[in-house]
Amino acid sequence: MITILAFYLFATLTVTSALLVIFARNPVHSVLWLIVAFFNAAGLMLILGAEFIAMLLVIVYVGAVAVLFLFIVMMLDIDFAALRSGFTRNLPFGLLLALVLLAEIIIAVAAWKAGPASAGVSLAAVPVQPNIVAIGDLLYTRFLMPFELAGLILLVAMIGAIVLTHRSRADSRGQNISRQIDRRPEDAVKNMQPEVGEGMSL
Amino acid sequence: MIGLTHYLAVAAILFTIGVLGIFLNRKNIILMLMAIELILLAVNINLVAFSAFLGDLVGQVFAMFVLTVAAAEAAIGLAILVIFFRRRGSIAVDDVNRMRG
Repeated sequence: MITILAFYLFATLTVTSALLVIFARNPVHSVLWLIVAFFNAAGLMLILGAEFIAMLLVIVYVGAVAVLFLFIVMMLDIDFAALRSGFTRNLPFGLLLALVLLAEIIIAVAAWKAGPASAGVSLAAVPVQPNIVAIGDLLYTRFLMPFELAGLILLVAMIGAIVLTHRSRADSRGQNISRQIDRRPEDAVKNMQPEVGEGMSL
Repeated sequence: MIGLTHYLAVAAILFTIGVLGIFLNRKNIILMLMAIELILLAVNINLVAFSAFLGDLVGQVFAMFVLTVAAAEAAIGLAILVIFFRRRGSIAVDDVNRMRG
């Protein structure tokens, strides 16, 4: 009973906040609704027993991606009202396309349910070990290579983002390492023993 | 009882909302990127739902890979957006024609 209630709560909130993401007037509000949508999707996945993916969704999406969006939205000085000018013009066509797509998906699911593909489908297997342990077992044995590749993709993305947005400024004073190493104590340090009360000429 | 169909319905609606968002906000590329994130979220819900109802964990592993690619795509997309804004002073993607394509 509580599961059904939680499912409908999370599902409704996910869909509602997703709608608000694309219809909100202010992009900052869009990002905040996106965060709400991610939280509720994580709830949906928790109901399914996929704890690891749910936590990953909260950490990666809410903690990194949504905050990145928020940074960009606030960093760029854009007149967002002008960007919405084509909104009403695109509305009829967009709605038509969305309805066609939804009908298509529903028909596809109906066909999948009716077809022989679902004949041998069993219910969820009883979990013998925690979700995270099971995923770790799979990830570090059978999917080790794709896992490493995923890490490589993240590295490439990180370096790419830095290379793309980095700009060297004219007034920055960088470190000249060879000059630093070449410098000898004789050039830089001088030992002196001034008398008490006397000054020292530099 | 909540079945697989319920989850598929939620994912389908979410996917459609994402596509609708891309079509409605044709000028605002930030919102287009957010709509792409919504689409990928719908795909993830599908993968996890199938994984749970078929008792096969591979779906969840794949959902993790989708998540990785989505994060990389958001980072690169926003970086491109930032340099584009620096050059042009706007992010209207309707008139992106510097490459004369």
